[in-house]
Amino acid sequence: MSTCPECGDDLTLHDDLEVGEIVDCGTCGTELEVVDTAPPVLERAPDLAEDWGE
Amino acid sequence: MHVGILYSRIRQDEKLLLTELRERGHDVEKIDVRKHGFSLDGTDAPIADCDLVVDRCLATSRSKYATEFCDHYDVPVVNTPETAAICADKVRNSLALSEAGVPTPDTTVAFTTDSALEAIESYGYPCVLKPVVGSWGRLMAKVDSRNAAEAILEHKATLGHYEHKVFYVQDFVAKPGRDIRVLATDGEPVAAMTRSDEHWLTNAAKGAETAPFEIGAEVEELVAAASDAVGGGLLGVDLMESGDGYTVHEVNHTVEFKALNEVSDVDVPSVVVDWLETKADTQVEVTA
Repeated sequence: MSTCPECGDDLTLHDDLEVGEIVDCGTCGTELEVVDTAPPVLERAPDLAEDWGE
Repeated sequence: MHVGILYSRIRQDEKLLLTELRERGHDVEKIDVRKHGFSLDGTDAPIADCDLVVDRCLATSRSKYATEFCDHYDVPVVNTPETAAICADKVRNSLALSEAGVPTPDTTVAFTTDSALEAIESYGYPCVLKPVVGSWGRLMAKVDSRNAAEAILEHKATLGHYEHKVFYVQDFVAKPGRDIRVLATDGEPVAAMTRSDEHWLTNAAKGAETAPFEIGAEVEELVAAASDAVGGGLLGVDLMESGDGYTVHEVNHTVEFKALNEVSDVDVPSVVVDWLETKADTQVEVTA
């Protein structure tokens, strides 16, 4: 369980959480980056940049 | 092996790789390139003891330079900076494929809106305008008329980055509503899928429907040649059926494979890690 830093609502997180992963807040839809896993810490994820991709 | 994963975002693709590597007992070092500096004589990124570094950077610019520095420090890295530099740039990608004799869509590069318009008119309508750096189908334009061409060129000329003033004009290939993605390791196909959409863009990232694709001899040869053309590695080779054969429109160097893994019978991360183990062993032999 963690809290969305954007809307403050609670988020239920899956078990195999990985630092660097992105999760969506189910309430406000904000993309959040996992910056720590023990305990889970979330930050607003960076916006899409022009050179992202494969 | 002690393997470093360069990343700035952990996608499902990276999670699949991490899981496979850890399940096999490999010592995995996740390296968030945003948190480190790379200087001429060293880095605080923990790569020095890695048997192999795998570039999985989401941002092309980071991928290009981080791999350059790994190479500079004599740390084995896949894909190589040479491959990254070619694949990251659509112009270099097209040139490499053409020089290797791999069929690829006819392409013209122009540096002004006037010369770009001339190129567009010479192809006729529709034709395609692409950014020289970009992915997931972003900023791709199918140009259907001169009016549209003039408007798109004006918009591109107004965009801030100088790369948008390099106009990459390409013949439109009337593909049968789908293209083909082949994942390959040093030219050896791992698995393949079709990506179908009513839209002219058929990127999986844009929601195209995927289905397994049986690789025949012709595609196998083209994939090997396309891989060689860009220097080999773990690659996503994109082909279109062009009526009388295939044309390779792109080779991707930080290839995403979660969609392929879902649609294919092949355990993609397992085959990729097999290949990484072989690469690491080869590096150890070379060093010894």
